[in-house]
Amino acid sequence: MTTTSGPGEARPGGTTPLLSIRDLEVSFRTEQGTTTAVRGASFDVHAGETVAIVGESGSGKSTTAMAVIGLLAQNGHVSGGQILFEGKDITRLGGAGLARMRGTDIGMVPQDPMSNLNPVVRVGAQIVEALEDNGVARGAEARRRTVELLEEAGLPDAERRAQQYPHEFSGGMRQRALIAMGLSCRPRLLIADEPTSALDVTVQRTILDRLEQLTGELGTAVLLITHDLGLAAERASRVVVMYRGEVVETGPAAQLLTDPQHEYTRRLLAAAPSLASRRIQIAKQSGATEAVADDLLAASAEAPPAAADDPIVEVDDVTKVFHLRGEGLFSRGTDFTAVDHVSFTIPRGSTMAIVGESGSGKSTVARMMLDLLPPTSGTIRFNGEVVGGERADRRAEVRFRRQVQPIFQDPYSSLDPLYTIYRTIEEPLRAHGEGSAADRRERVLQLMDDVALSPDLLRRYPGELSGGQRQRVAIARALALNPDLVVCDEAVSALDVIVQSQILHLLADLQQRLGLSYLFISHDLAVVRQIADQVCVMERGRIVEQGSVDDVFDNPQQPYTQALLDAIPGRSLALAVGD
Amino acid sequence: MARLVLQRLALLIPTLFGLSILLFLWVRALPGGPATALLGERATPEAVERLNRLYGFDQPLHEQYVRWLGQLLQGNFGVSSRTRLPVLEEFLNRFPATIELTILALVIAVGVGIPLGYVAARYRGRFLDHGTVVASLIGVTIPVFFLAFLLKYLFAVQLGWFPSAGRQSPAMIATHPTGFYVLDGLLTREWDAAWDALLHLVLPALALGSIPLAIIARITRASVIEVQSADYVRTAKAKGLKAPRLRRRVVLRNAMLPVATTIGLQVGLLLSGAVLTETVFAFNGIGSFLADAVFDLDYAVLQGFILFIAVVYALANLAVDISYGIIDPRMRARR
Repeated sequence: MTTTSGPGEARPGGTTPLLSIRDLEVSFRTEQGTTTAVRGASFDVHAGETVAIVGESGSGKSTTAMAVIGLLAQNGHVSGGQILFEGKDITRLGGAGLARMRGTDIGMVPQDPMSNLNPVVRVGAQIVEALEDNGVARGAEARRRTVELLEEAGLPDAERRAQQYPHEFSGGMRQRALIAMGLSCRPRLLIADEPTSALDVTVQRTILDRLEQLTGELGTAVLLITHDLGLAAERASRVVVMYRGEVVETGPAAQLLTDPQHEYTRRLLAAAPSLASRRIQIAKQSGATEAVADDLLAASAEAPPAAADDPIVEVDDVTKVFHLRGEGLFSRGTDFTAVDHVSFTIPRGSTMAIVGESGSGKSTVARMMLDLLPPTSGTIRFNGEVVGGERADRRAEVRFRRQVQPIFQDPYSSLDPLYTIYRTIEEPLRAHGEGSAADRRERVLQLMDDVALSPDLLRRYPGELSGGQRQRVAIARALALNPDLVVCDEAVSALDVIVQSQILHLLADLQQRLGLSYLFISHDLAVVRQIADQVCVMERGRIVEQGSVDDVFDNPQQPYTQALLDAIPGRSLALAVGD
Repeated sequence: MARLVLQRLALLIPTLFGLSILLFLWVRALPGGPATALLGERATPEAVERLNRLYGFDQPLHEQYVRWLGQLLQGNFGVSSRTRLPVLEEFLNRFPATIELTILALVIAVGVGIPLGYVAARYRGRFLDHGTVVASLIGVTIPVFFLAFLLKYLFAVQLGWFPSAGRQSPAMIATHPTGFYVLDGLLTREWDAAWDALLHLVLPALALGSIPLAIIARITRASVIEVQSADYVRTAKAKGLKAPRLRRRVVLRNAMLPVATTIGLQVGLLLSGAVLTETVFAFNGIGSFLADAVFDLDYAVLQGFILFIAVVYALANLAVDISYGIIDPRMRARR
């Protein structure tokens, strides 16, 4: 039995795997013909085991998982190979046979808690219907069981919560409900497709802990889909690395981290921010300075913090209050303080990061810095001039808009889909009446070169570019007017780890060459550790901790900062440094 | 929910107030003014002047308006210059006919449109789908009056399956306690009278309901197609829901949200369509009466009826909003 010819070595004394994927091929029919999304994928999942599939978007990891549960998009189908569930090939079962297996044999916890619950049905009823349709329980019994399941998934006050609708739940609560739903009929295999990537880090961690504990108790095997190698290694016993539709490497998590065989795995390992920050820490402890220099992006490693007496930005005691409309006809509504007496300064040529979870007020700070929102009280000074309404003349505002440029989170929605790349980058030059057409063309070409974009792309549209390319376009556009300050609002959050790492390097490189200052807003502490010089930790509108990145990360003074740091996946991993 | 209803009813007051100003000014802006309209083109200047003094048309506009509004508030909507009967009475006499017609048209539009749109979405890209899309396009493009003539010619004149005009056969002896003829027949157990009234309704209701039917079918189709690919539908499949519950509770219920809004908008279309349909089928409702009033420049009737229709329209939309709250729990929370 130990001679099973699988890519994942059979476990010692192993039995038939619960799930065995053999040479799986999945194809999609598109208008341009048939494309193959998964090619020759093979791996096993044993009963009770957690296996993670890691890869970037488009690697075929989700497609593989959806093929297992028979929920490929309409134009997709398994075009080759086998999916053996307890030795039985489920690709031959047909639609009805697969439908019978869903819920009871194979369950799923989907990615985005916001869009995966039926918005018009009470949360409890959505679990009751699963129990009823799978013949587990009916009526009052099913309702009693639902409350138990929700409690089990860690939802407080489950009895009352079961009567509420999804929109009355927070993201974390919805994900707990989805876990309860996925496990409601006690499937033997649970597919967890990026189950926490849409949640704040601290919530992410408690949810993953609960999921791990539950599946451990129930003996459920888990197929965890994730883009984060650190998270995969922390949660799974074995890791399958996929790249462009193929399995490039399979092995025990620890082995994959310390001794990656495939080139792509090495790149993934080098780029994973969660592991990068861990590496930095280990390297520092062992005094390996070259390793630090190698990992830290150039700016933060070498550039001495600029003279503090020449701040480019001074934020002084800024507060922003939003007025929330009341419920009733005559109710006055309430005030919500999004940003509460926040002060910080950004030395010229350095990077200030603001980290915090959703709702912490970090994006409100960014919008005030960009003069898109006026502060309720306090002042923001840029190059010594007050930002906001008091500027008397229009020219001062135009000057400000040239000097401060934004880069936003979503490269898919922040570029005009009807503008070519050339026109997108040229637009700020035109708007500010810069040079002649020929001058502008030269400047655009130079900018494209700065951000390492091929000039072939000039006449393309954003829709034809990858996420990383689009973010490079957004950066080029931001730099077109030679700004002094760039406000990056979650500028790399939507990107795959390797692309993310490339963009971070690009930003660091540009900072050094052009002397830029950055205000870098992020929820991802691991990313912040790599790019920033100074950091402010925000919680519910207040800055709870502030200092140099090294001080804050190595010696967090506040329990909240500590909790955020602990929540970075991969903290507990043993990692080889400087291999 | 009670608060929502009260809020919307309160909003009705400024809406009607605004509409009354518009109506008042519109009538005064017509060539010749109300006096010429009442007396006809060949009225002598003396007669016009006498009438203007009599009705106060020689007073400043705002004073006239205040007086008119005062009368409206006392329930005095004036007298029809054509029938010499109070406008309110004329309205109440004809209103049940139009309501009956509109309701049946709406029942046809919803009862056929939603299943048709749903089936088209499920068989997307196949013959049934293309057929529905083409048919609904034709349904939207054909003018109501043309379709009304066509139906009347084919099914009433040529085939003789349905009566061609009126609300009930002249020979039918029936009592009318409510004015809703079908309902009257059922209440008084005069089954033949109810059946006869219903037959008279079929063709006008088909003609009137055709455009809303086509629109509802298209919106349903688009909405079902969108919902079918929603994440929560995939999750519902993943948890093992069986097909009937999946269709009913997950797909249809979510797909109904935009359809409900559309139905509310159709009520306005039905009321304006009634003017044409009722005229073609000599159907004695507010529509045909309003059409006559336009030709005769019967100001009191125009002003009164338009105000009444506005109230009906607002109430119908309120009903749709309430139904929206029932379908979508998020709407309840938002208010």
